[in-house]
Amino acid sequence: MAELAIELTGVNKYFGEVHANKNISFAVAKGSIHGIIGENGAGKSTLMSILYGYYQADSGSIRLNGQEVRIRNSHDAIARGIGMVHQHFMLVDTFTVLENIVLGAEQGVALKQSLLAARDHLATLNRDYGLQVDPDAIVGELGVGEQQRVEILKALYRGADVLILDEPTAVLTPQEADDLFRILRLLKAQGKTVLLITHKLREVLDITDAVTVMRAGEIVGNVVTADVGKEDLADLMVGRKVNLQLDKTPAKPGKTVLQVSSLSLTDARGVKLLDDVSFELRAGEIVGIAGVSGNGQSELLEILSGMREASAGSVCYNGTELTTLPTREPKAAAYRRLGIAHVPEDRSREGLVKDFSTFENAILGYHDQPAIQHGLLFNRKAIIERCRRFISEFDVRPANAFRRSGLFSGGNQQKVILAREIDSDPQLMLIGQPTRGVDIGAIEFIHKRLMALRNAGKALLLVSVELDEILALSDRIIVMNAGRVSGELPVAQATATELGLLMGGHK
Amino acid sequence: MSQPSNLPRWATLWLMPALNLFAALLVSGLVITLIGEDPVECLQLMINGAFGYPEGIGYTLFYTTSFIFTGLAVAAAFHAGLFNIGGEGQMYLAGLGVTLVCLGLDFLPGWVVIPLALLASMMFGAAWAFIPGYLQAKRGSHIVVTTIMFNFIASALMTWLLVDKLIMPGSQTPATRLFAESAWIPMLHELAANLGVELPQTPLNATFFLALISLVVFYLMVWRSRWGYTLRTVGLNEKAARYAGMPVSKVIIVAMCFSGALAGLAAVNELLGSTHRMNLAFTNGIGFVGIAVALMGRNHPFGILLSALLFGALTQGGLDLSFEKPAITHEMIILTQGLIILFCGALENLFQTPLALAFKQMTKR
Repeated sequence: MAELAIELTGVNKYFGEVHANKNISFAVAKGSIHGIIGENGAGKSTLMSILYGYYQADSGSIRLNGQEVRIRNSHDAIARGIGMVHQHFMLVDTFTVLENIVLGAEQGVALKQSLLAARDHLATLNRDYGLQVDPDAIVGELGVGEQQRVEILKALYRGADVLILDEPTAVLTPQEADDLFRILRLLKAQGKTVLLITHKLREVLDITDAVTVMRAGEIVGNVVTADVGKEDLADLMVGRKVNLQLDKTPAKPGKTVLQVSSLSLTDARGVKLLDDVSFELRAGEIVGIAGVSGNGQSELLEILSGMREASAGSVCYNGTELTTLPTREPKAAAYRRLGIAHVPEDRSREGLVKDFSTFENAILGYHDQPAIQHGLLFNRKAIIERCRRFISEFDVRPANAFRRSGLFSGGNQQKVILAREIDSDPQLMLIGQPTRGVDIGAIEFIHKRLMALRNAGKALLLVSVELDEILALSDRIIVMNAGRVSGELPVAQATATELGLLMGGHK
Repeated sequence: MSQPSNLPRWATLWLMPALNLFAALLVSGLVITLIGEDPVECLQLMINGAFGYPEGIGYTLFYTTSFIFTGLAVAAAFHAGLFNIGGEGQMYLAGLGVTLVCLGLDFLPGWVVIPLALLASMMFGAAWAFIPGYLQAKRGSHIVVTTIMFNFIASALMTWLLVDKLIMPGSQTPATRLFAESAWIPMLHELAANLGVELPQTPLNATFFLALISLVVFYLMVWRSRWGYTLRTVGLNEKAARYAGMPVSKVIIVAMCFSGALAGLAAVNELLGSTHRMNLAFTNGIGFVGIAVALMGRNHPFGILLSALLFGALTQGGLDLSFEKPAITHEMIILTQGLIILFCGALENLFQTPLALAFKQMTKR
């Protein structure tokens, strides 16, 4: 048996009554790429936080290179050769790459000395691992993929032998992800150990040597990647048979519901966030907007839902011009009244109020409806009844209308939002990242509901950074890059490579 | 990634404030020991002064009444995500409204002039809060800064008005003339006397009932109405409020007006209920104590009732104490109040971690 880099035995972690990690035991071979997959809330992050010293395990032991260790904090972890690349980068935007890498690892009093020494070391690392990062570039001016490489360099500079990557591809185009995988393979070839946390099954199958599958705080499988397929992993993760294939009947597009023409948005600094965007959307079809996040999709959704004013252009909805709609109430309210529902991208910050009880969130945006008023007060009974209906129709768990929304898992929060928006019987549904941070079981359910909505003749505009999702749901795909529509194609002609090129603006 | 709080709800709601209060009293006790008095005796004197005899209770409830209004005022703004420090100034200006109505119209019968004065108090208080609210909503001027400044403006304005304009002709004291008796809100002992019950003479008046009603109305408005729903949405998550199509600026402005109106009612208790004239110092920090009352009461009417009672008792018991013990000055009472605010407000979560650990130990066994 190969030498082990990490060995965990019987690790337990409690948060109050929540048993976040139950008796976790697994081993990672030295010089391998090891995937850890599981749905949201399965305990992956907690486990990694224990490895990186953010949390202390309540019981159990950790062995590094055969030696039992206690990792008290992240400093400890770094000293023992564990490096972590977080999902959200921990970089100072205004510093150069070099300064960022030295930050926190300076030696001696004079900064200049550290920087000089680091520069040499960095050049070696850059060469050895093919990272191709310019040490003098300002981090804020780098692309996301490069910033991620800076994070990797940072860890390597601190002498990491074990590298933990938390959902590293969430912000990357397919091409950038391929680049990352190339680097990871190089790292592996040089004897480094890589722990990859992800929920994307395809990636796990692509690059890992072994996979640990977690569910509800427990390990439900330790498998060799070569022995398993996508369906096996999905079934393990969810704990039941999952149907990843969506039944998709051919679309029967009807009349045009939404006509967007030459829509532009310029921010206060004069940056064009949206540049001459035009497309149409018909009843009974799903149009997917693909793109790396931050390329104008969010702004587009905000304008179409009335949360933001466009700088120029027109939006025609069922024959009504929306940009100049005469209304005294905020536009978001007026649009909703016209039958435009909106599932926002940022679920927990826009779609609901975390501190509200679920029944209160069940009427967010629809709180003016006469049906739930009772004189000057709310008709509390009607609201709670409505929420209970949502909960049963959308299988929200736990089925408690009084529970604070923030305590529900992402998938269950999303179900409540979706139930609320679908219940309003919209003509046009704007959906942003419907399954971000949502577990597989719920993804299946949400996709089915969206498909049903389309088959019922509604027009759906779907914004997602998950290409698989765009490909699975859309009838037509619009690709956005730097605020512009860089391509439009029917789903039958779309491949991941083609879309990736359009997303990167290379075409 | 934050660790979820490990405390049960009842501990957060009851045990923590109780511990905080206890800690504040403990430190006060230490200070009292330092100046050579017996803290236990002082505490007894204080409790006795506040609750030990009917007259004391009357005064305690009188102070409580004002604190309920200013506490609710702070809570109202808080639910919209605003920290209204300007209760003092709003109450001051409300006093002007009351005074103008009374000086001008107190030849009219009480059932006309008192409702008018009530209305004026709320409108003046609301108007004084409207300006910071407007500046916050439309210009982004921070409400904390503007409301503090408005306290000073109110104070300067009222000094000028009282010294130069509203002063009783021929008097040296900056105070108005006495309002006509028709404008006096009936005292509780008078009402009781009508029913044949004899109560000691205290300034406790019918405004107390208005305060109790306000608590209930506040609850219904904030938690059971569409208006309160938008208020709380704006306060908890402004982005979600925009998503829901709520007019955020308007909600902020209206919330401030609501807050100012509540603070204004405290002026009614003082002017129409007790002094029956306006003088320079009638607000006497009541607006500021409202902040502590709301903080301790967790911005909930029931909590506000309890904490207003606590501060009412502290005020009355403290006054009694300083009569008995000359070494315990008014400033000592302010110190105690300050410590309570410090422990219940700024150091609110001081005991959270040790308590959570204690609970963990207990549940393990």
